[in-house]
Formats: sequence, C-alpha cells, structure tokens
Amino acid sequence: MTQFIIPTLASGGAGKPFFTNPAIEKIKDLVNALSVPEFSLPIFTVGFILMMLWYRKWTKPKVIIALTAGACVFYFGSMLIDYNYLLILKKPDNVPITIMLLAMGLCLWVAFRQAAINDARLEAGLPLPDADKEDKVLVWPDLVYTEMICMVLASAALVLWSIVLRAPLESPANPAGPPNPSKAPWYFLGLQEMLVYFDPWIAGVILPGLIVTGLIAMPYIDINPKGNGFYTIAQRKFALWVWLFGFLILWVVLIVFGTFLRGPNWNFFGPYEYWDSHLQVPLTNINLSDYFWVFGLGQPLPKNPFAREAVGIVFTAFWCLALPVVLARTVMYRMYNQMGSTRFYIMAFHLVIMAMLPLKMVLRWLFTLKYFVYLPEFNLNI
Amino acid sequence: MMQPVRSALDYVRSTQIWNSIFRHGVPRDRRTRVMAVMSNLFLHLHPVAVRKSGIRLSFTWCMGGLTFFLFLAETISGVLLMFYYRPVPEYAYADIIGLRAHVTLGLLREIHRWGAHAMIIAIWLHMMRVFLTGSYKPPREFNWGVGVILLVLTMLMSFTGYLLPWDQLAIWAITVGSNMGKATPFLGMQGPFTDLVQLPGGVPLVTVKSDAAYLLLAGTSVGENALMRFYVLHCIALPLVLAVLIAIHFWRIRKDGGISGPL
Ligand code: HEM
Repeated sequence: MTQFIIPTLASGGAGKPFFTNPAIEKIKDLVNALSVPEFSLPIFTVGFILMMLWYRKWTKPKVIIALTAGACVFYFGSMLIDYNYLLILKKPDNVPITIMLLAMGLCLWVAFRQAAINDARLEAGLPLPDADKEDKVLVWPDLVYTEMICMVLASAALVLWSIVLRAPLESPANPAGPPNPSKAPWYFLGLQEMLVYFDPWIAGVILPGLIVTGLIAMPYIDINPKGNGFYTIAQRKFALWVWLFGFLILWVVLIVFGTFLRGPNWNFFGPYEYWDSHLQVPLTNINLSDYFWVFGLGQPLPKNPFAREAVGIVFTAFWCLALPVVLARTVMYRMYNQMGSTRFYIMAFHLVIMAMLPLKMVLRWLFTLKYFVYLPEFNLNI
Repeated sequence: MMQPVRSALDYVRSTQIWNSIFRHGVPRDRRTRVMAVMSNLFLHLHPVAVRKSGIRLSFTWCMGGLTFFLFLAETISGVLLMFYYRPVPEYAYADIIGLRAHVTLGLLREIHRWGAHAMIIAIWLHMMRVFLTGSYKPPREFNWGVGVILLVLTMLMSFTGYLLPWDQLAIWAITVGSNMGKATPFLGMQGPFTDLVQLPGGVPLVTVKSDAAYLLLAGTSVGENALMRFYVLHCIALPLVLAVLIAIHFWRIRKDGGISGPL
C-alpha cells in the first residue's frame, strides 16, 4: 500500500525523505545507535518484563488508546523521515511482518486484558465470566454464521491485499550470482539471525529441533492444573514468562532484526543507515580457549585439541548436563519435587539450552566471545 | 417485493430435489437447527451446541478457523496455479511471468503468496492463543502435539513453495535454508561427527552425494532436481499429510470435549 502513499522511489540511497532537518538527523543518529542488538535486545527485554508485570495497568482501554496513538505516530513518522528505511519496510515480502506485528499487538492486548479481568475476579473470589459450563448456544445459527462472516471478511481482505500488493518476482534464478544479502524466507529469519552466534549445526538443526520437541513435550511437562481454558497470568507465571520470552523475544524480535536490520554481508544496520555493501566489519571475535591459554595463562595453545578446548568442553558439559541437576537441588527444588525427575529434567534441559542463546549473545557483546568450544577438526564448534 | 421472493423460495424448498438434499426443514426452530448441523457432513464437524465462551471472538480470535480457511484458499488457488506452471528450469520462471501477463484477472499468484504468508501469521497467533488460554492442558495434550506437527508442516509448505517461482529470491532463500541440512550432526557433510558414520574399514557412508542436504535437494546445490522435488512435496505430499492431520485435529477437538473453557 505504501507505494500508493509515497510515489515512485528510485533505488539506492539517493532519494529524499519527506521531512528532514538537523534535529531529525540527530534523532536518526540516536535511533541508529540504540538499535544495535546489544542495546535494543535488552531494551526489548525490559519492555517484555514491564508488559508482564504491569499487565493490569497497560491493558486499560485509555492507556491502550494512548499507546496505540503513540505507536502510530512513531511508525508513520519513522517511515516519513527516512528513505532507506521506507524502502525496506515496503519491500513486498516484508509487508507481512508489519501485518504480523500489528496483529500480534492486538491479540496480546485482547489476551492480557482478559487476563487482568480474570485475575482480579479470582483474587476477589468471584466466579470467572464464563464459568457456567451449561451456558450453551446452538451451532446453527451462532457459530455457523460467525464462521461465515469471518470467511467473507477474510476473503475480502485477502483479495484486497492481492490487488494492492504485487507478489515479488526478481530476475531469473542465477546459480552463479547470489544476491547480497541472501536471506531465507522471513519466518525462518530468527534462525538465520541465530547464525551470528552459533554454527549452522546448532542454529539450523539442534535449536529448531529442540523448539519442536519442547513444544510437543510442554503439555506433559506443565503439570500445573490451574489456568486451563481461560486467560490468566497470575495462575501460570512460570509457563508464561518462559514461553512468551522465547516466542516474543527470541523468535519474533530476532525475525525483525533479520528482516529490517540485517543488510549486505549480514552486517547490522540501524533503521536509518544506508545498506552499504562495501562495508567491511572486522571480525575480532575470540575463542574461550584463547582467553584461557593465551590471555589467562600466557601460554601458546596446546597441540592436542581436547586439551586446548578443555575449559570450553567442561563449561558446556556443565551448562547442559550439570546445571539442570544444580537447579533441581537449589532454586527449583520445589518444582523438582512436584514434577518428578523425568519431567523436570526434560524441562530443565530445554530451558538451559534456550538460555544458552541469550548467554552467548551477552558474552559476545561484552567480551567478543566467538566459541565456547572450537574444534574445527570435527566441525564441532559451540 | 419480498412476497414473490418468499414464495419462490418456499416453492424451491418444497421440491423433491431440495428435500432429497436437505432432509430437514428450514432451520428456524431448535429441532430443525440441530438437524441442520447433524445431517451435513461438513457442519457435522461441530457438535450441535457449544459453550458460549468457546465461540466468543475475544477467546479464540477465530485464528484456528482462519488458518483452516487459508489452507482451503491455498488449496484452491494452488490447483489453479498448477494449470499454468511447469516445474522445470526452462519454463518455471516464464510461466510465472505468463501468469501475470496472460491470465485473466491475474491475481492468482498474489492470492496464493499472500495467503501463504497470512497462514503462517494465523497459525502462530492460533498457537499463541492456545498457549495463553492454557488449552494444551489435559485432556488436550495430544491435540497440541498434532498442532505442533501442523505448524512444522505449514512452514515446510511455505518453504517448498518459495522455490517454485525460480527467481533469485527463490533459489537463494532455499540455498540459505538447505545449507543448514549440510550441517546436520552425523548426516551432513559439514556437520559434526559425520566422519564417525562409516562402514568397517573406513569407508565413509555420508558423502556429498548422500548427506542430508543431498536428500532434500537431489543434488549438491539447488538445481532442476531440487525444483522437481520441492514441487512434488509442495503440491502433493505435504498437503496430503496436512489434510489428514487437520482432520485428526478437528476430530480431537470434539473428542476432547469441545473448545476449552474454565473447568
Ligand atoms: C493447519 C493448522 C491448524 C488448523 C487448521 C487448526 C485449527 C483449529 C481450530 C479451527 C480450532 C478450534 C478453536 C480455535 O479456532 O481456536 C483449533 C483448536 C486447537 N488447536 Fe489448532 N489448528 C492448527 C494448528 C494448531 C497448532 C500449531 C497448535 C499448537 C501448537 C494447535 C493446537 C490446538 C489446540 C490444543 C486446540 C484446542 C483448543 C481449545 O480447546 O481451546 N493447532 N485448531
């Protein structure tokens, strides 16, 4: 749709934004500086924490209207003051992500609003709004008509979307000429973004595998009988915090990074930076073994790869295998007792592996850590 | 004005043909409404009465239904696309151009592509809703698992379809994706532990021509064999599995006691 709002745009970085003046340029620089993952991911995380803690406040209709208005000004404002950013946003295959973010915001509000109401009622000892099991309606007409109306509206929306936005088609396939950047379809860009921190065998195989097994195992692990069949936060704190952090921050936010903020050579660009394909970012990342032997002990790296990587191997083994046991004996002993060992260890294993992603990110940002374990001899880098 | 329409409708409803198709009267009272649902194969997916909370839009967001609607829309537009598309490198790209240039109301490709994106969005939101209402808890554990498989299959559907236009976007996106297959532990050429997979005497079992990526692409890179393989997966194998699993999913919703609600 944006191509109707903003008339013809040439490619490259030569176009002019609608508004520009020195103050706006200052703002853009600030946004660019803050958008690098080491700042923006913690900012998103803080936002997530506030969302979870203050759900009774921000879901009030008045607050939501103010927040939505603010978000609209921010969103359209951010489009109009910069040309490159607009180019990325209006790429046809990127439009679905904007749609997804809007839909997700709406859905989260609807969910958290009902959770706030339900939780308040439960605290006051009142029955839930829908507690009456026998309060039934006939499928014909109530459900069938709702379904039909949804179907008509959805068809109209889909046809409208298809008229307004052409499906992209680039030049014919050329096996010799990869575009830069080469990106997977947007729904896999979270995984591609993880490639910055982990090798493909982890980011592309192990982590997606564990996402699937973790999801399937979830109903058998989560033995909390409360909060079944209605929106609540108070009754299912642990499940909600972990799952929503994984989905919203480690999946959706990484997709946004991968789509909007990763340019040529998978370099990071702020929303208002020109995607310069000649930009070379020097790779200065350092392995844990270098830290230990060279910087710590002042020795050359040992010849034997296992001796060389001993610290990393011990650390990784501790994190993946011993940490669950430590958790069971310390902070999570109550959970362990309730769940039993099989359930607990399946849960804890998935949890620590999930936590490895933010851990590695933070270590990368703080210490430019490359690999915990660097065994190129076996293609085994962690 | 209304009167002739009314009587025309009444006449149609009194014919033998109408009554042979719809065996119940006009669904205007409780008995005929129940009959309308029970005597129709498709509506029969539903029980005759549901909990009020279960059909509130603010509870389900209609996201499961929307996912299913999009699956149907994709099936129909997909079948129409198959009339015009040949999955070989010589023709694939040209056929896509032809779709835009020569086919009346050339919106097919747009509907199919945006419908696919929308389906991914809808299925994620559906999963989020089921999670947030705790509807995966007993007795619905198994149906959640069926759902997870549906999620994986839906994303694979989108992924295999992404290659078919055979443009730069297509082959390089699939290259990025299938490169991950090369890194599979034990089974990929560039993955860890692959050297360990060998016959006695040191004959390697996993080679460039037999690793996980080769299985997916039927080649060492994205080429004509990969196109054919993705086409068959996209148009036949995956949709069939998806359809069967959706049937199980719906069946189980009923068997598990209908849409969840406060216990
Ligand atoms: C092709 C994909 C899918 C289709 C067509 C589909 C369709 C539906 C429909 C129509 C419902 C009825 C209630 C509603 O609309 O929310 C439903 C319920 C349900 N779905 Fe799905 N679904 C799909 C994928 C999934 C996924 C990915 C999950 C979870 C990982 C899932 C788990 C469930 C569960 C547990 C219920 C029962 C919810 C309750 O009783 O409240 N489904 N599904």
